[in-house]
Amino acid sequence: MRALCWVGAGELAVREVPDPELRNERDVIVRVRRSATCGADLPLLAGRDPLLRSGDVLGAEFLGEVVEAGPRVRRHRAGDRVVVGAAVACGGCRYCRAGLHACCDNGSTDPASADADWGRSDVGCFGRPRAAGGFAGGHAEYVRVPYADVSAVRVPDVVGDDRALFAADAAPTGWLAAELGAVRPGDVVAVWGAGAVGQLTARAAVLRGCARVVVVDRHEERLRMVERHAGAEPLHYGRTDVSAELRDRSGGRGADVCVVAAGEPPARSMADRFGARVSDRPDALREAVHACRKGGTVVVLGGTDGFVDAFPLGALTDKRLALRGARRPDLRDVPMLLDRMARDELRTEHLATHRLPLEDAPLGYALFRDRADGCVRAVFTP
Amino acid sequence: MGPMRRLTRMGSALGGPTLAGAARLLRVPRRRGRSGADGDPAAAARWEVVTVDRPPEQVLPDGRWPEPLRLLEGAVEVRVRPAPGERGTELAARPLAGATPAVGLAAHLVGDDPRLLVRRTLRQVKQRVETGEVLRADRSALDRPEDGG
Repeated sequence: MRALCWVGAGELAVREVPDPELRNERDVIVRVRRSATCGADLPLLAGRDPLLRSGDVLGAEFLGEVVEAGPRVRRHRAGDRVVVGAAVACGGCRYCRAGLHACCDNGSTDPASADADWGRSDVGCFGRPRAAGGFAGGHAEYVRVPYADVSAVRVPDVVGDDRALFAADAAPTGWLAAELGAVRPGDVVAVWGAGAVGQLTARAAVLRGCARVVVVDRHEERLRMVERHAGAEPLHYGRTDVSAELRDRSGGRGADVCVVAAGEPPARSMADRFGARVSDRPDALREAVHACRKGGTVVVLGGTDGFVDAFPLGALTDKRLALRGARRPDLRDVPMLLDRMARDELRTEHLATHRLPLEDAPLGYALFRDRADGCVRAVFTP
Repeated sequence: MGPMRRLTRMGSALGGPTLAGAARLLRVPRRRGRSGADGDPAAAARWEVVTVDRPPEQVLPDGRWPEPLRLLEGAVEVRVRPAPGERGTELAARPLAGATPAVGLAAHLVGDDPRLLVRRTLRQVKQRVETGEVLRADRSALDRPEDGG
């Protein structure tokens, strides 16, 4: 089959690779119908993960059709159209049973590899290095999905592919951010980053009844999308004092919930890659901490940065802020989000600004990485 | 803390020679003050431990070591106790003192540290008990054909 492979720092190629096969009894094989670029892929693309090997297949957000199921799969059969969560989750560990699928203890093929170094096991994920317990990704004609009864969710017939695709990762991440921030009616919410996750965070906040949501970015096209599709207020950080503006829009209190969904920082040097990585993400994070009201909540999404400098710890403790974080969403919200998509409460097609055949995926990633031509997400069809 | 059970069995199981062989490959003296598998071979190694989200009777049915931990019989000792707050079972194992030669930093770095094998085995036990299977990796990159274009 054909698949998008990482072949070196900054280099991608569509190559012929072996078809996936059922390796466990709870696996299914999915024929991919759509896959999307994801911000979490960019550090991989840049070669910042030393465990990535030439030939590893990328793609953490995809949708497809089940073509083969293992003998212990109960919920799916051939022909089912499914979205697949980015994190591989077993459904049987303590975290999965608590709904924290992205913290699954058993989703990696080598969960012990990170125990000693980090004090916790790796989480299995599609399109991540095999050497880190990851699995081949969804930018391919076919993909193997372990623990399919948990990891794959059937798509209602009335929800089209281009909409349902984002129920795999971007939409549940946005919903999770609003949930971690405990957004409630009357809240003022500020979101840094108007990419797909930022927009869907804003939409989630609106659906949860917040009074107003302000999205901070500098890309005009994205800010227009925020206004039109999320029902949020755009704020161009290059043209105004963000902190002053947010104080003004929150009656001087500060935002109740601040979400940093600003994506991955640009590629850094070899020294950064192998040493302690220092990120420029704190620009947004610092602003969020300072803009948050006393007793409010700051939520940080994504972040393979490793370490950040100049974190305003004093402001965090002075204001008694809660700091929450998440890199990947859980699967528990996916059925609910698909239902909202079916009811037209959640529309995501506009995020697919570039639709390309899989053969053109390297071009799609270049557009996505550089945010060129108004690219929010490139979507590939095998 | 709940009651603790320690299960130690000696024997000529597959795991003993395997562990010993792995540990014998590379031995680099370590700094003083290290004990167990790092230094004095007669000293006890550090316990490796996982919490399995099931009660002890499901982790060790009929008191028998679960697969694949059974493969290490004779080379490790095992400790089992209920996790506090109904969090399941704490399953711990460590190489038997004297059963495996001391292992140095180099062995650890190249993956020949018996503790790594013990840790991986415990994680596989956890996977089997919690999910019913041990998750297998995708086919190796070595199986992949040369560039197709």
